[in-house]
Amino acid sequence: MIAFLQNLIDAVSLGSIYALTALGIGLLFGILRLINFAHGDYITIGAYALIVPSADVTARLMIGELPLVVMTPLICLIVVVVALLSDVLVFRPLRRASSPTLMIASFAVSYIIQNGVMMFYGARPKAVDLWSGANTQILIGDLRVPMLQLIILVVTLVLMAALTLFLRKTPYGIQMRAAAEDFRMATYLGVRGNLVIGLAFAISGILAAAVSLLYTTQSGSLSHTMGLPLALFAFVAVVVGGMGSLVGAVVGGFAIGIIVTMLQAYLPPELRAFRDAFAFAFVILVLLVRPAGLVPSRTTFERV
Amino acid sequence: MNDIPVFVEPPSLGVDRTLTNAAKLAAEGLSVRFSGLLAISDVTLRLARHEILGLIGPNGAGKTTLVNCLTGFQAPTDGRVVFGEEDTTGWSAARFRAHGIARTFQAGRLFKDMTVAENVEVTGVGLGLGLKAAREHAMALLGWIGLADKAQAKAGTLAYTDQRRLGIARALVLSPAFILLDEPAAGMSDAECEELMALVSAIPKSFTSGVLLIEHNMRVVMGISHRVHVLDGGKTLAEGSPAEIQKHEAVMAAYLGMEA
Repeated sequence: MIAFLQNLIDAVSLGSIYALTALGIGLLFGILRLINFAHGDYITIGAYALIVPSADVTARLMIGELPLVVMTPLICLIVVVVALLSDVLVFRPLRRASSPTLMIASFAVSYIIQNGVMMFYGARPKAVDLWSGANTQILIGDLRVPMLQLIILVVTLVLMAALTLFLRKTPYGIQMRAAAEDFRMATYLGVRGNLVIGLAFAISGILAAAVSLLYTTQSGSLSHTMGLPLALFAFVAVVVGGMGSLVGAVVGGFAIGIIVTMLQAYLPPELRAFRDAFAFAFVILVLLVRPAGLVPSRTTFERV
Repeated sequence: MNDIPVFVEPPSLGVDRTLTNAAKLAAEGLSVRFSGLLAISDVTLRLARHEILGLIGPNGAGKTTLVNCLTGFQAPTDGRVVFGEEDTTGWSAARFRAHGIARTFQAGRLFKDMTVAENVEVTGVGLGLGLKAAREHAMALLGWIGLADKAQAKAGTLAYTDQRRLGIARALVLSPAFILLDEPAAGMSDAECEELMALVSAIPKSFTSGVLLIEHNMRVVMGISHRVHVLDGGKTLAEGSPAEIQKHEAVMAAYLGMEA
């Protein structure tokens, strides 16, 4: 029982990371019909921004050394700028392009960022010690909970609540939701398309920055491809949850996190190497039963 | 049939702002050609504030194409659309809406995952109101149109007729100078048509908006229009009062399918 609860905590914490990443991808997909594979690389940028640019194997902290209240907004700012730049330089000239074209463009952005990181920081993974204090464990009964995992969960819940409030209670949020449902109709009614899209990129940048900090603290290492698996699993989470639904993205993120962790824990050791194959088999199963995802979005149904 | 009692009170809109004081919306010699096919040809029509102009014609007569031209959704191949004294050539649909020419859509085009109130609010915000003002304005419009009790329901869950009303409420945001209704009565029962007629016929007085009403339901068109414009095969067949149109031989022959 204790072992299971321990695994569940791991699962929820991994699920949180996937959910946050999936939210960033889902938000852009909703408004722009863009499946942004560069989202993982926004996360990479946020992580590398913590250290001094050099090709040395050992990383020296730069921004990462600053106090939390300075570091967090600074990392957010950097990632938001990168996200907005990718919109202005790449996606905005492609506004009228089809969904697949946008996706291919996002692969290009992804490669450019990865190679840029490689140029300035070298290709070898680096170890970083961002916030080792967060790895202390708290005892709840017989349960040992790493503080970091609680922090990850709390940060995720706070960000989700903030995003929900933003989308429901602010004029910008309401315009974003209208644009996500029917972009042409929204712009007809006076919603400014570029403003709403820019906001979506900025928010997805903030979500990516949060993942940068949480994930780097947890993994303690950096690599120029670190964002890729995150983006891939988050994309799968978006599909499982239901394309176009933000609730779906979160549900999908947690579902994928839980499945991957539980497979890792309970598969027979000789099958563990195939963990991801089992996870994706589950994804196929979900889509066979519910082709529109766990939380189907009416909007996507009408459009596809 | 011509005198439907107006039992709808003029609304207090919560905003003291209208978009324009342009007095007319006119099509001058409009033609639209789709790859060689003439959808409408040399149509001239004038819509004044404070009037309801019915637009009828058999399927394929070019009614929706005409409305698309008058609202910026379709650029005419020939001729022009004049709003007040301004030539609107090159205007986007959003510019038409922002300047006070609003429309509804046959397909509704509501934001179905948003609430009824939000559907109207977002239009107010898009047209430049602050959120608070947009909210008050939305509630006033919903009260006027009879949807106040459903303000917090998702638009997608509304009954069909209520979705139509919501489309009209959204088009009435900031009291447009002109509102073009594309088959608002489609699929409505007789009782629902009566309610709709009362609402639509109150629009010119309550909002000082001219109404262009495309409708297949003859009882509705003839009941509340001041004038009726008949299209057939993309051309103007006749224009006149409902009484005149109902007696017009060519209209009877072409549109109502009767031998003169």
